[in-house]
Formats: sequence, C-alpha cells, structure tokens
Amino acid sequence: MCSLCGVLGGNEHWADAVARPGVYTRNVERIDRRRERANRVRIANAMLARFGLTISDWQGASFVLSTRTGKSEIIEDLGHLWPAAERLCGRPCDPLDPTLIVAAEVAIDD
Amino acid sequence: MTEPQVPLLTPINLLTGFLGSGKTTLLARLLADPALSDAAVLINEFGEVGLDHHLVERIDDTMVLLQSGCLCCTVRGELADAIKDLHSKRERGLVPPFRRIVVESTGLADPFPVLSTIKSDSVLRHHFRPGNVITTVDAVNGLSQLGTYVESNRQAAVADRLVITKVDLAPAGDVVSLVEKLRGINPDAPLLTATDPSFDVADLVDENLSLRAAALQSSSGFYCEAPVQLTTAEGAVHQSAVTSFVMTVERAIDWTAFGIWLTMLLNRHGEKVLRVKGILNIAGEERPVAIHGVQHLVHTPVHMERWPDEDRRSRIVFIVDGLDVGLLKRSFEAFALDRSPAEAAAVPKRSLQERQSSS
Repeated sequence: MCSLCGVLGGNEHWADAVARPGVYTRNVERIDRRRERANRVRIANAMLARFGLTISDWQGASFVLSTRTGKSEIIEDLGHLWPAAERLCGRPCDPLDPTLIVAAEVAIDD
Repeated sequence: MTEPQVPLLTPINLLTGFLGSGKTTLLARLLADPALSDAAVLINEFGEVGLDHHLVERIDDTMVLLQSGCLCCTVRGELADAIKDLHSKRERGLVPPFRRIVVESTGLADPFPVLSTIKSDSVLRHHFRPGNVITTVDAVNGLSQLGTYVESNRQAAVADRLVITKVDLAPAGDVVSLVEKLRGINPDAPLLTATDPSFDVADLVDENLSLRAAALQSSSGFYCEAPVQLTTAEGAVHQSAVTSFVMTVERAIDWTAFGIWLTMLLNRHGEKVLRVKGILNIAGEERPVAIHGVQHLVHTPVHMERWPDEDRRSRIVFIVDGLDVGLLKRSFEAFALDRSPAEAAAVPKRSLQERQSSS
C-alpha cells in the first residue's frame, strides 16, 4: 500500500511489469529501475512541456506532476500520468492533435 | 517431479462472434476435443430460454451459467464472481482441476470488458491471464454483418484466432471476399476454417508467439498496407471505419519514449484503438519485445527468445476505429522516438535482467 495516498496494491502497469519469466520489464534491479525512472522523467518532461507541466521523481516511488503555478498531483505510474495531466492543465493531451504534431515536427527539423 | 496440475496463471479464452455465427457449435466441438478436455466453460445465458445452455453438452459441474444476459454491460462483476467461484472450487477440490477457462460471450458483446475484468480484478489477475480471443465469422452472413455492424468489426479486430464457419454453405466467391475483408480488419490473426479437415482445435488455444511473429514477418503478411474503409451493404461509407495498418520502424525504439507516447494515445483514444500489437526492436536489447494491447488495456510485454529472421526492424500493427492513420503515423514519428540527447551511459547496452539470464 502507498502510505501517502492509501492506494491499496495498485494495478500493475504494463510499462512497470513485475519481473517474471518471459516478461520484458526494466523493473528488476534497483539500478535499472532508478535509471528507467530518471529516463522517464526526462522524456516525459519533454512531452509535458508542451502543456506547461513538469514531472519529477518522488522518492523513487511516485512522481509529482506540477503546473507552472505549483498546482501539483502525485501519480503512481504511467497509467495515471495523462488523466492527471489533463486535469492539471485543463485541456486534452492529445498526441493526434495536428498543431502539436506540426510543432514537434518543426522542432525535429531544426 | 510431476507436472503441476494447475498452471500458475490459468489462461482464459474468450469465444466471441456475431449472433448465429456458430460459436456454440464450435464450443461443442471444442469441448469434445481432447485438447480442451481440461477446460471449464462459462457460457452466457442470453434470453429467457437459455438456448445456448441446452445446446452445449458435457460440461456438467464445471459450468457456471452467467445469469444476466449481455456480457457487455452487467456481467463484469458476475463474470469476476463466476471465475472466482470456479477458482475457489478448484482449490477446494470440488471440481476437477481445470487448466483453462473458456468464456463464450453473446453475439452482441464487445469483447473488451471481459479482458479488462481479468486484468483489473485484484484476485483474478494473480491467478488468471487472458488467453487467445477466438472469433467466429459466418461465411454466409459474415460479409454483410461486417459491413453493417460495428460489433462484428470489433469482434474480428480483437481476435487472436479467426474461425470461418459454414464455409460449406457459402459460394466460394463469398468466402474469398470474406477472407479479404477479414484480412483488412485483422491482418495477422491466423485464419482457420471450421470445416477444413485439417482444422485442429489445439491451434485455437495455442499461444505460440512465433505464429503471430511469422504472420508479421512474412512479406505477404502485410495484407493491409492500404487502409481499408468500411462500407455499408448499400455502398455508403460506414460511420465506423475500422482500419488496420502496419508501421515499420527502421531505428531502434526507445522503450521509455514509446511507453509515454502509447499511454498518451490510449488515454485519449483507447476506445478507438481496437488492437495494437507488434514486435519491437528496443534500443539496448538484443532480443525482440512483443507488445499486445486491446483498447485501454496493454498486456504485459513479452521478451521473445529470438528474432524470427534477419529483419531487425520493429513492426507494429494498429487496428483502429475511425482514427486518422496519417496523423497516427506522424504522431508516432514525432513523439514516440526519443530524440533528446541522452548520455551514452544512461542506457545500458544490456539490462541486468539480460545479463543474468545469459550467464
């Protein structure tokens, strides 16, 4: 159970699968897990910047998602990231939004 | 040591198909087959007469009838209870130690809630796992059903195995068009014909990933490079446009970036992404990773033993309902590939898991 928010045995998210035979996961060794979390924060921040949001690791257990004014929410895993992001920024985070895609494509070309 | 009687995670197969497409006939056949002699069956009693119940035989005491008709709306709780009940009885030795459960859904049900029930229930997900989704399509009426009913398309799209029934009753031309149509909707699910003498029940439940990988690999396996648009029986474009396409990615995929992009896509459009399945070349991994998702639900990624051939490109099949394919491809290119400069040290060449498994 998460002692902070009281969530009992959260749902296993596919990107954080429990290590067992045959399963691909980076959730095995402590170092791997921490590295994956750091990487996730870095890449998610690049994406979230488009919505004026930032994310940071919290104690290697949760993530804190914040707006520029400091409004924050704690999330467990990627499964909670986007619903929380939409709540905080007040608009849909749609990867198929043409404006968003064009902006990213321009950035790639630069 | 003898083989354990009960698998660690008991697979649950879903048998679906449109009304009258031969689900019950197939189920009766499955149950008579030795390959499925150890399966418990849950059938869905639709309508007051419980017709399906009278037609299915030989399932005696391991059968539980779901009472509330349509699986799609009310049965989530009941299905979970029914499976838990079976599990409990098996543990207590009240029923034979079944090694598989087959759930037969009603013809109108969207198969997704059944899969999400298995995945989200806190008890079930530790004892059961989703097995193949088997969809029956009737050779006589299938083509018109696919052109008219959204449910029919969704059932075909989520299938792991497609079974064409009543081929002996349909003109050969119809069967050919039906196969073509099914390939457009679901390009990589093995297509079996129920009347075929070589039809083997074991193929339906066999989860050999290489089958799927082989279908993805073969050059002729890409049945659907051009998007397929649905038309109604009258020839008008259907409101629901189930389209499938394959995305081939040359460069290695960054697992983290891909995960962030896919969760973002599914959060917004999960209901329209009927299927996403693929074999990925993950940066830093020598072996391919298979991913498999149905709408909002992505199964645990599987680390495959080896690449089926020399081709190391990632291939991802999307089956979408009314999403702009062009935008989806551009979105993938723009967001799912990590382009930010990562420190070389940040990503190990091989994960610790791999190093351990190879040592």
